[in-house]
Amino acid sequence: MDQLLQHLLNGLLLGATYSLLGIGLTLVFGLMNVVNFAHGEFYTFGAYAAFAALALASVHFFVAIPLAILAGALAGAVCERVLLRPLRAQSIDTVMLVMIGLWIAMQNAELLGWGGVAKSVPTPFPTQPVVLGAVSVAPLRIFVFVVSGLLILGAHLLLSRTKLGRAMRATFQDRETAALMGVSIERIHTVTFAFGAGLAAAAGALLGPVFLLYPSMGDLASLKAFSEVILGGLGNFGGAALGGLVLGIAEELGAGYISSGYRDAVGFLMIVAVLLLRPSGLFARAERVG
Amino acid sequence: MKQAIRALFVALPVVAALAAPAPAQEAVKVGVIQPLSGSVAASGNYVRMGAEIERDWINAKGGVLGRKVELLIEDNKSDPKEAATAAEKLIVRDKVPVIVGAWGSSMTLAAMPKLEEYGVPMIVETSSASTITKRGNPWIFRISPPSEMEALGLEKYMKDLGIKQADFLAVNTDWGRGAVGAFGDLLKRSGAQVGSAEFMEQAATDMNAQITKVKAGGGDTLFLTTSVEQITLVLKQAQEQRLVRRVITTGGSSSPSQLIKQAGAAAEGTYHILFFLPWFPEAMPDGKLAKAFVDEWAKRGHPFEGLTEGFRGHDGVLTAVEGIRLAGKADPKAVQAALWQVNTMGLNGPIKFEKDGPAGKESGQSKPSIFIVQVKDGKIALPAFSAKK
Repeated sequence: MDQLLQHLLNGLLLGATYSLLGIGLTLVFGLMNVVNFAHGEFYTFGAYAAFAALALASVHFFVAIPLAILAGALAGAVCERVLLRPLRAQSIDTVMLVMIGLWIAMQNAELLGWGGVAKSVPTPFPTQPVVLGAVSVAPLRIFVFVVSGLLILGAHLLLSRTKLGRAMRATFQDRETAALMGVSIERIHTVTFAFGAGLAAAAGALLGPVFLLYPSMGDLASLKAFSEVILGGLGNFGGAALGGLVLGIAEELGAGYISSGYRDAVGFLMIVAVLLLRPSGLFARAERVG
Repeated sequence: MKQAIRALFVALPVVAALAAPAPAQEAVKVGVIQPLSGSVAASGNYVRMGAEIERDWINAKGGVLGRKVELLIEDNKSDPKEAATAAEKLIVRDKVPVIVGAWGSSMTLAAMPKLEEYGVPMIVETSSASTITKRGNPWIFRISPPSEMEALGLEKYMKDLGIKQADFLAVNTDWGRGAVGAFGDLLKRSGAQVGSAEFMEQAATDMNAQITKVKAGGGDTLFLTTSVEQITLVLKQAQEQRLVRRVITTGGSSSPSQLIKQAGAAAEGTYHILFFLPWFPEAMPDGKLAKAFVDEWAKRGHPFEGLTEGFRGHDGVLTAVEGIRLAGKADPKAVQAALWQVNTMGLNGPIKFEKDGPAGKESGQSKPSIFIVQVKDGKIALPAFSAKK
């Protein structure tokens, strides 16, 4: 029983990190129809940005994280202006290839800039775990869990409740009509992509201190983000958030009770099963956006 | 006019040849394959640094066969496929007579068919999977200990450690799986219980599931076999879950100084099997050499924590160049034959190859020295029991 509780708690914490990774990806796909293969690189970018602010500029931890998110969003905006804007009329495949190129370029730039050796990010949190009965958890992970939840909720509210969110959804549903209503289409494109990149950078800045930083860290993050987005239904915001939790818990229980050697296989087998039974994703709805 | 141009074209190469400096002796090339990026990049970069020190030392003493030694260093990106590509590139394009590599067992195993295909020897400086020398690949010369040899090195301390039941957490590669087998056999021989064997992917960062499972098992010791990056994460996550175990890392790539830096209190009390002790250079088989290496490493500004890995690069290049010297020429076949005659002193201790594997196609296996240290009060110490032996 104790073991099961700890597994569920681990799965929940892990799942929340997957959710945070996935929402930026699903947002950019759902709204912009861009398959962002460089998503994991914005994650890495955010992690290194937090590290740079903390370790090199000696900024406080709680300041470094928003700074990293901002830097990630800015990098996203630049990418949109330079790479995606000229490709606006191109097919999704062309854009996909460009994003793969960006992924490779960014990863190698990280390698060139930071070197291949892993770095660890110092945090103000105590390393002693918080003990809750039979289970225990590190304070840092609670912080990450709470902030992830807030970010997901905030992103959801921004999309569904604000004028900007409405403008975003309108733009990608019907570009011309949105333009006629006075929405600045070009600006919305930039803001949306920057938003997605900022969420990825947020995940990196939050998870970097939990794990370690190295240039190829984004690969695994990307893989997990894509899996959970597929699981939750491409472009489905709530689905991605829930998909992350399902994936985290499934992996955790699979490793705990089936075989740790096949830990990732458990997650992927589940995705195969979901795709066979519900091809549009576990939480698919008729509407795909928002 | 036409004739003049033609004459010019004929004359040009001649002039160029005359103008070129007297053909400098071309350097002797030694290939090096290491993970310089990817999930185990720290280790690979340290090995490279050690290899570069030995190259410079050899060149300062006049090189080999009257020529300078040049290292051609390839990145295998912590990926077995890339290791095979790197080996092929070094052999076909650069025509190296000998290679040092490829850190991880899975990477070495992936490169091995290329060695056999083209007939080029490789000094294996890190890999621990016993299959490497058992496959009947006569181009393999290993200076690192296979897991079985490590287990034998630990055997004399088994009574002092007092292990009753041990679990395993290992990277899901040839190295990790091999170590679980080898140390499992050791436990059975010593009458201890073998608990669960858990695995993690090389790039995995969250090992909480495995730790929870180990915790439920109720052993007293955890054998941990992976790179320093994952050891750091496992120790931190084990602390979060209040896992109380005697942790013993195997494979020699745990870099305890880096663990103390990055895992802090979570590293306290852990034991580490190592093949070079930079904290106690004078205690090494060749104390003077060890001291010189540690000093040179510091002089170059390399991080101290890399020394437990960096020595491998030194010993690998030392062995490769010694093979070339004994062969008398930079030819792969001659170097392969000459490597059997190598009898030299490395940082780890004496290097001398014995036959291992199926008869007629044996690989070379040296018998490295094996040490054990413990993290005590945030410092590296020799365990009390090893001092009295």
